[in-house]
Amino acid sequence: MNEFIGSDYLFEVQIVIFALTNPMALTNIYSLYRTMEEENVLLSFKGIVTSDLLTTVLSIMENKMHTMQESPKKQKKVFNVLVECLQNLYHHVDHDLAASNESRELLERRSAIILIVKENEHFLIRTGNYIDNGKVRDLNERLNKINSLEKDELKNYYQTSLNSSTVSSKGTAGLGMIDIARKSGNKLDFEFLKVNEEASFFCLNVKID
Amino acid sequence: MENLQMISSAKTPEVLFDAENGKLLLKGRSIPENSIEFYKPLYDWVDSYAGQPKSETTIEVMLEYFNTSSSKCLLDLFKKLERMNGDASSVAVHWYYEEDDEDMAEAGEDYQAIIKLPFKMIEINEI
Repeated sequence: MNEFIGSDYLFEVQIVIFALTNPMALTNIYSLYRTMEEENVLLSFKGIVTSDLLTTVLSIMENKMHTMQESPKKQKKVFNVLVECLQNLYHHVDHDLAASNESRELLERRSAIILIVKENEHFLIRTGNYIDNGKVRDLNERLNKINSLEKDELKNYYQTSLNSSTVSSKGTAGLGMIDIARKSGNKLDFEFLKVNEEASFFCLNVKID
Repeated sequence: MENLQMISSAKTPEVLFDAENGKLLLKGRSIPENSIEFYKPLYDWVDSYAGQPKSETTIEVMLEYFNTSSSKCLLDLFKKLERMNGDASSVAVHWYYEEDDEDMAEAGEDYQAIIKLPFKMIEINEI
């Protein structure tokens, strides 16, 4: 059950048309579909994360969880964590630049991937996005610090950060990752894959019991 | 002084700040990408209300969801009310959460730990 959303629908249509004229690619898209089916992917998206996309993804997931008759408690947890994960991706993108005419390579640098998976009784939110190599060290340190804290320490850390943080002009308060770790109740599973001299691909896996 | 009234949207809560009765209500979800834009008029209203407040002021927070961008803005709103609290008006926070929503109850405790205002935690069936 994959859903292609918004402007990227057109992009997907182009892939399908391309696939129809190329037997190799046709097989590829089926195997991509099978992989997603086998991995229990509820929803997937690849492209630039916009405000409208967030609204749509959240609304689809709310309806899906309702249909799946998940407990209200779990629905709330997944929704909360999803909001923070998606908004992390959203804020990562420089929207003024994304809107302008640019090379394919630069546009790709601003695109991200989102997979929402239901595995047995838990949900997995998996995201991936490019990050400047210069920012990897700081983020890596922050995430390791968060992972080193137990439940009560995380609560204190959140309160201290909340009280001392300021909201940037983009609206970020630097609390997202702490909140994700706290609400999911699990350690953050993450990795940085070096792509080239400028960028790495940041993979984040959040498990919600 | 005029009331501040805003209807809810997919990402922002219903707002009803009633100057006549000293009741400030936030209800629904607060998950905008950039919450500063949304909270600015609320701050402005509280600043002018603080000049001539009712003897009792209650803020009723009935949120189903809020994001971390909003959490900082909520803190700033509480801080304004904390400064106003005293001789001119006694301010109280009514923090509502749905039954079983431990995260929302804990979020109330987070603010309670930071803000010196009386908090009343109220569990309800559905927001």
